[in-house]
Amino acid sequence: MSEKRPTRPGPGPGPMMGPGPRGGMMGAMEKPKSFGGTMKKLLRYCKRYLPVIIIAVVSAGASSVFHVLAPNNLKNLGGEIEKGLPALINGIPVVNSIDLAAVARIAWFSVFLFSASLLLNLLQSQIMATITQKTSKRLRTDISQKINRLPLKYFDKISQGDVLSRVTNDVDIIGQTLNQSIGALVNSVTMFIGSMVMMFVNNWILALTAVCSSMAGFFFMTLIMKKSQKHFSAQQNSLGAINGHIEEIYTGHNVVKAYNGSRKEKETFESINDKLYVSAWKSQFLSGLMMPLMGFIGNFGYVAVCVVGATLTINGAIDFSVIIAFMVYIRLFTQPLSQIAQAFNTLQSTAAAGERVFEFLEEKELQNESHKQTRLEKITGEVEFRHVNFGYVPEKTVINNFSAKIKAGQKVAIVGPTGAGKTTIVNLLMRFYELGGGEILLDGVPINQVPRENVHEQFGMVLQDTWLFEGTIRDNIIYDKQGVSDEQVVAACKTVGLHHFIRTLPDGYNTVLNAKASLSEGQKQLVTIARAMIQNAPLLILDEATSSVDTRTERIVQKAMDRLTEGRTSFVIAHRLSTIKNADLILVMRDGDIVENGTHEELLANEGFYAELYNSQFEHVA
Amino acid sequence: MLKLFKRLNAREWAMAAVCLVFIVFQVQLDLKLPEFMSEITRLTQTPGSAMADVWRQGGYMMLCALTSFACTVVVGFFAARVSASFSRRLRSLLFSKVDSFFMEEISRFSTASLITRSTNDVTQVQMVLNMGLQLVVKAPIMAVWAITKIAGKGLEWTMATGVAVLILITMIVSLLIFVMPKFQKMQSLTDNLNRVTMENLSGLRVVRAYNAEHYQEAKFEEANKELTDTQLFTSRGMAVINPVMNILMGGISLSVYWIGAYLINAAQAMEKLPLFANMVVFSSYAVQVIMSFMILAIIFVLLPRAAVSAKRIQEVLNTLPGILDGSVMQGIPACEGEVTFRGVSFKYPGAADYVLQDVSFSVNKGETVAFIGSTGSGKSTLINLVPRFFDATEGEILVSGVNIKDYTHEALNNKIGYVPQKAVLFKGSVASNVAYGDNGRDAPTQDDIRSAVQIAQGGDFVEKMENRYHADIAQGGTNISGGQKQRLSIARAVCRKPEIYIFDDSFSALDYKTDRLLRTALKKETAGVTSMIVAQRIGTILDADQIIVLDEGRIVGKGKHKELLKSCEVYKEIAMSQLSEEELAV
Repeated sequence: MSEKRPTRPGPGPGPMMGPGPRGGMMGAMEKPKSFGGTMKKLLRYCKRYLPVIIIAVVSAGASSVFHVLAPNNLKNLGGEIEKGLPALINGIPVVNSIDLAAVARIAWFSVFLFSASLLLNLLQSQIMATITQKTSKRLRTDISQKINRLPLKYFDKISQGDVLSRVTNDVDIIGQTLNQSIGALVNSVTMFIGSMVMMFVNNWILALTAVCSSMAGFFFMTLIMKKSQKHFSAQQNSLGAINGHIEEIYTGHNVVKAYNGSRKEKETFESINDKLYVSAWKSQFLSGLMMPLMGFIGNFGYVAVCVVGATLTINGAIDFSVIIAFMVYIRLFTQPLSQIAQAFNTLQSTAAAGERVFEFLEEKELQNESHKQTRLEKITGEVEFRHVNFGYVPEKTVINNFSAKIKAGQKVAIVGPTGAGKTTIVNLLMRFYELGGGEILLDGVPINQVPRENVHEQFGMVLQDTWLFEGTIRDNIIYDKQGVSDEQVVAACKTVGLHHFIRTLPDGYNTVLNAKASLSEGQKQLVTIARAMIQNAPLLILDEATSSVDTRTERIVQKAMDRLTEGRTSFVIAHRLSTIKNADLILVMRDGDIVENGTHEELLANEGFYAELYNSQFEHVA
Repeated sequence: MLKLFKRLNAREWAMAAVCLVFIVFQVQLDLKLPEFMSEITRLTQTPGSAMADVWRQGGYMMLCALTSFACTVVVGFFAARVSASFSRRLRSLLFSKVDSFFMEEISRFSTASLITRSTNDVTQVQMVLNMGLQLVVKAPIMAVWAITKIAGKGLEWTMATGVAVLILITMIVSLLIFVMPKFQKMQSLTDNLNRVTMENLSGLRVVRAYNAEHYQEAKFEEANKELTDTQLFTSRGMAVINPVMNILMGGISLSVYWIGAYLINAAQAMEKLPLFANMVVFSSYAVQVIMSFMILAIIFVLLPRAAVSAKRIQEVLNTLPGILDGSVMQGIPACEGEVTFRGVSFKYPGAADYVLQDVSFSVNKGETVAFIGSTGSGKSTLINLVPRFFDATEGEILVSGVNIKDYTHEALNNKIGYVPQKAVLFKGSVASNVAYGDNGRDAPTQDDIRSAVQIAQGGDFVEKMENRYHADIAQGGTNISGGQKQRLSIARAVCRKPEIYIFDDSFSALDYKTDRLLRTALKKETAGVTSMIVAQRIGTILDADQIIVLDEGRIVGKGKHKELLKSCEVYKEIAMSQLSEEELAV
């Protein structure tokens, strides 16, 4: 199992960045196919939290309103102070004093506004943080359950890494971005509108000045953003290409070396590296401009407000205190603009990630079988294939009208060259795939008439890829079987010849199997055989169970398997022909279809494909 | 981290220096802005000032802001260039370094770790360098400068600012103490979740066959809950930052004005106006100070992560490959295709036990020598000594009459056609994979490629592919089956026209029939090439000129199949496990 995790462009580690545009951290934005549709789905998914979300949105709005009101107070405060400044009244200098009581009143009111704003904002951000995490958790749970409700067919066309990245990356992106953007969006929009209103209420000329100057700046910003977008995707592509190349060459290092491929690979590497350099500096440069540009827009607005404001003051149209208020407003006004743009961009990646997650969650599931009343109980293990037709894709039937009858306790071998589709039979028996026509019967009952779990209960299975999980040896052997005593586990291990080895481990049956306490391939296989033994099912499937162990270990494993097959109807897939000679029925497969069937002797007498296969292993090279 | 930056070259240092100069200039300009502002304030407050003065001051201020912005552009430009060019070189250095490694160094780091070091870690360093050049220098300069500017303007105001900074620092420090460790923990919890998911995915069939869906889901839920709890904690902690920052910014202005009211009220008539102007200026400086501290805090969070990355990169760059190159370009013509082991022993550095002990044998041109033994008997290690993936600890190995340590790597590799246990294919086409590498001669022609694929029994499936020999091969060869990959990997060795083939258990992925056809074709088409084969199946090596049986690193049998059946217990045991008595008699 490789530790590689698929990487996908997404927002960087955002939470520490605080306010302001985060251009530097932005990757190329992924565009969702349907922004609205996915957002609606996401909203529906969060329905149970709707009341709380509304509270959060309302508090975000209210918090911003309070925040916007504050500068107005600051203006009043400034006004009070200004009244106390020496002034010329009718040409005579007059020394006034400040009305400290009024100052205190206004200041305390501001304190109240700020505190209210702080509390509401805290409330909002805590609610949003909690909801998004809870939603992420639910999404992950749903995906994990979905995995087990999808037909195996689905996994033919999708890689494990893809599913994995939906569970972790995509859900993470949704969690992070929602958390950051919803609150920020509400905050910013209210702040934006609020400060605009307050500015116009105060003085329309100054307000117009402020809006126009910020808009001009914002226009430039959009231009830069558009331009940098191109370099971002170029950088993302080059980064992907170079990572791919590095991964490929490092993993194939032996071959590269042995074939003197280093020079050429280095050349390829450098050419990608150069491309990456260009797009990297360009995108970094352009995105780095965002923050200073914001600052400049702020300054620009500031100067515009000052100059226009000063003119107005000198003309006596306004008080100086209005300018003070405007200096704060201009900041409150420009800041949300970039935040809104940012939030929308982030929401785009939320939607793109959400799309992938919902796409997975909406995949067609296995048929619900709770209505099926028939159950297989205490079956003898008789299997019948009756006119079975099957194809992985409907257009291409690989198994044509196959019929065979297997008596209880018989051994069926499935043979054929690599890639002949030997596993197909297993897939059909276990109902991992549904038949295209005909039926398979267990003790005379068609398997599609009983629930899938009930079919699975009838089988024990040992596969080529020994599948063990991180847990104790005992857990691995018992797995999900209920009511298994320790004696049974020990007995099973004694039968497969594993008991002695387990006793030598420091923690015996409680030894945790993980990367550190690794077992040899053969021992792993013995554990899975013990697992099948504990399962104690009437039918058994052995799929190339010995092909990944070396020959001496194989004999031990083979012996264990022979014990396991005693008294059970078994289906054995193997490419070592000598081990299956004594099978009661041999199915010979080629290019997906069963081309011959019969006993070893019958097939040899046929002088067909089987005979050819069998003889090829002894022929000397001419 | 600093050590890594020693690798910056002169040009990059120069650009970094330019950054520094412009940053200082820019900070100066930024801090100048409020002065113009205060001038405008004074003008508007002074009765009878001329409008032209206001315009002029406004113009100065605009000019100042514009120049400051221009400086940032310059700084940003050079910072981006320096960091991108530095990361380009780091990547390139790492790539060359890893290329020069041998198996020992690679297994010391592990391939996965080397990949992360060459990709993510470099990106980390690049990001921090870029940000660092702009902010690490700027924030302290800004903070200090702004503080000196306001320090003289009123103790009370300075104290208010100090309180704000203190609150900010307290918040950041407590986040660092309580929340940051959880961030680190989160990584392992995510890995855990990944592992459980992967477990379920890779064992889909087993999970279903044993009706263990709920068992897996319960396990997932546990991992999920642990992760969510931690994430809840961290994101709730982080959610405090924004509201508090907002309030600090607003609060500082309020405090300055509030305090100002009292100060002005208490002041002499003549000092009231300058004090008022100071107040306005002070509030903007105070905001600058707080911003600078905020930026510093961010850097302190990012720096440790980048430092770890830098260390990991350094580790790779400072590792010297343990296998040195020789100088001989050619073997002795009379001994062409011969391989001789003389008393060869091998153990991994630091290991107590030998993997191979006192192995001696020799093969002649065109002969086939096969190695068999159980897992851990050392057969793969033995064969890996020939292309010098490892160097023998004791003894010597001769290829074409010359000790392999005396050859240049290229010359030695030109003699060898190596096929690994697990087929390695590269992104490209069938042809580019088969014609891979450089054998010191002309590039193979289309015919060479076709015939190599035919010999490797790949003709049938390649002809069926779209675009045939130009058919695309995905990275890792994921678009063709395991057996097909192995055949192309063998074709690659054939196409190289080497003196010696090395097959490291390369036939196990093939079925018996293909295995036999392939070996027949090899024998016929490439007669005169020596073969060294590691095998699991007796059938594969039945007709070898020499079979060497290994057990625990020692040779326990040497000879032909029939002789060994009689003389060698270990061989007999292996043979009996695969074939029945009468079959062996064939």
